[in-house]
Amino acid sequence: MIPVCRLEDLPVGESIVVDTTPPVAVFNADGELYAIDDTCTHQDASLSEGWLEGCLVECPLHAASFDLRTGQPTCLPARRPVRTHRVTVDEGVIHVHLAAEEGTAA
Amino acid sequence: MKTVTVVGASLAGVYAARELRAQGFDGRLVIVGDEPHRPYDRPPLSKGFLTGSVYEDQLALTDDQESAELDAEWLLGVRARGLDARGRTVLLDNGRTVSTDGVVIATGASARRLPGGDLVGVHTLRTLDDARVLREELTRGSLRVVVIGGGFIGAETASSCAALGHDVTVVEAARLPLVPQLGPEMAAVCAALHRRAGVGLVTGTGVAGLRGSGAMPPQGDPTGGRKATAGGRKATAGDGSRQAVTGVLLADGRTLPADVVIVGIGATPNSGWLAGSTLALHDGVLCDDGCVTGLPQVVAVGDVARVGGARVEHWTSATEQPRVAVGNLLAGRTLDTVRSVPYFWSDQYGARIQFAGRRHQDDTVRITEGALEDGAPAEGGFLALYERDGRTTAVLSVDRPRPFMRARRELARSADPVEQAAL
Repeated sequence: MIPVCRLEDLPVGESIVVDTTPPVAVFNADGELYAIDDTCTHQDASLSEGWLEGCLVECPLHAASFDLRTGQPTCLPARRPVRTHRVTVDEGVIHVHLAAEEGTAA
Repeated sequence: MKTVTVVGASLAGVYAARELRAQGFDGRLVIVGDEPHRPYDRPPLSKGFLTGSVYEDQLALTDDQESAELDAEWLLGVRARGLDARGRTVLLDNGRTVSTDGVVIATGASARRLPGGDLVGVHTLRTLDDARVLREELTRGSLRVVVIGGGFIGAETASSCAALGHDVTVVEAARLPLVPQLGPEMAAVCAALHRRAGVGLVTGTGVAGLRGSGAMPPQGDPTGGRKATAGGRKATAGDGSRQAVTGVLLADGRTLPADVVIVGIGATPNSGWLAGSTLALHDGVLCDDGCVTGLPQVVAVGDVARVGGARVEHWTSATEQPRVAVGNLLAGRTLDTVRSVPYFWSDQYGARIQFAGRRHQDDTVRITEGALEDGAPAEGGFLALYERDGRTTAVLSVDRPRPFMRARRELARSADPVEQAAL
């Protein structure tokens, strides 16, 4: 479980990168918090810098789109999902619970 | 249509095949590719593939599952050499012909070469095979690399070579590289990236020729004629008759010593095979705004296509045109046109450059976020808007992906006639 930031420091529509290996991006999508692997599965780009619309984030480099709830790509050029991670808020602090390395991507 | 043949098995060809199936074409699908490889993505070839952070299997454009779903007949390692006058028969260089009802031309472009470029150590970078050979050569110790051409391929390749620890010089015939794409102000900013990385940038002089071992040593050059031993390059069987490059002779009389020369002077569309057809060819295959040629059952996409008067070699165009082209092909006439805002990106020297829009020569440009430092992008990059008559025509970003996306979306919105009508 990794502390990320205080809840009020991640307003709606914003995202933050957690400096893990690989890095994880946490999004506040209309009040719901989601965490996914930050690096696009297509090519090297940071999804935290992408375009957030509803539960979808669009990669800033080639416009691949991922569903924050499932990590699944919703369009090309990405064909593989990003991992999703559980997010909790404890005493006003956002925490990410990293998914195990194996078996959670799909 | 019973059979559609996609000629070209790279990005645009693969996207066209996907679109055919996605738009309901359930007939015979033939894909012809002149390279022996399964479809792969080219942009990493000048970047991560050269530096070793991207492996060959990561370049694949399709996986086994998708290939199976496409249910296509792949003819790889086979070159198309003709299309009959009615556009109903594709002739292949193995003597076969493919009878077809529709054709998608996606044969791409080829790297332009220099005369004398058959010396050992002289490279172009377009295909996976090109990149494999160059990558191998770049592992042979510390080398003097001269990159001819300061465009995107040249700049990215120079950046990769510098990252590998080589001594790199870029030669650009124009006063600055990338002026046609970025305009003089921003071209100067990007040129500063070379210098900041310790890469030499020689501008305003063309290349008069290449020097090879055995040729006369150039005058006044302290290293002239030195055999390229730094990397211990071995002449292998078959190279026995080929000389190795030793330098680049510039039009102003100077010679730049070189163990490796990379020629990045643009690409020419692969339309020669269509010379005997009835299609209009002029710097590419001429199409209307919907990628349809003079024959309604023949469309063209990607680098080879001159769509509505413009031929662009952008990755994104090659992925966007096929949806429109295939729709029109299946309809038998131009129902839809390509309206997307041109977009390209380039990664060099750790900076990510992104550009969208249509810049005109007399547009003004101003930095709206971030700043410059000593003429180069400052820490954190910048966003610049190109403007004319109070309207934004294009946007350039260095390491500012978020505001860039916003600006790119704005451009797309204002360029879309449907959206505009609703305003």
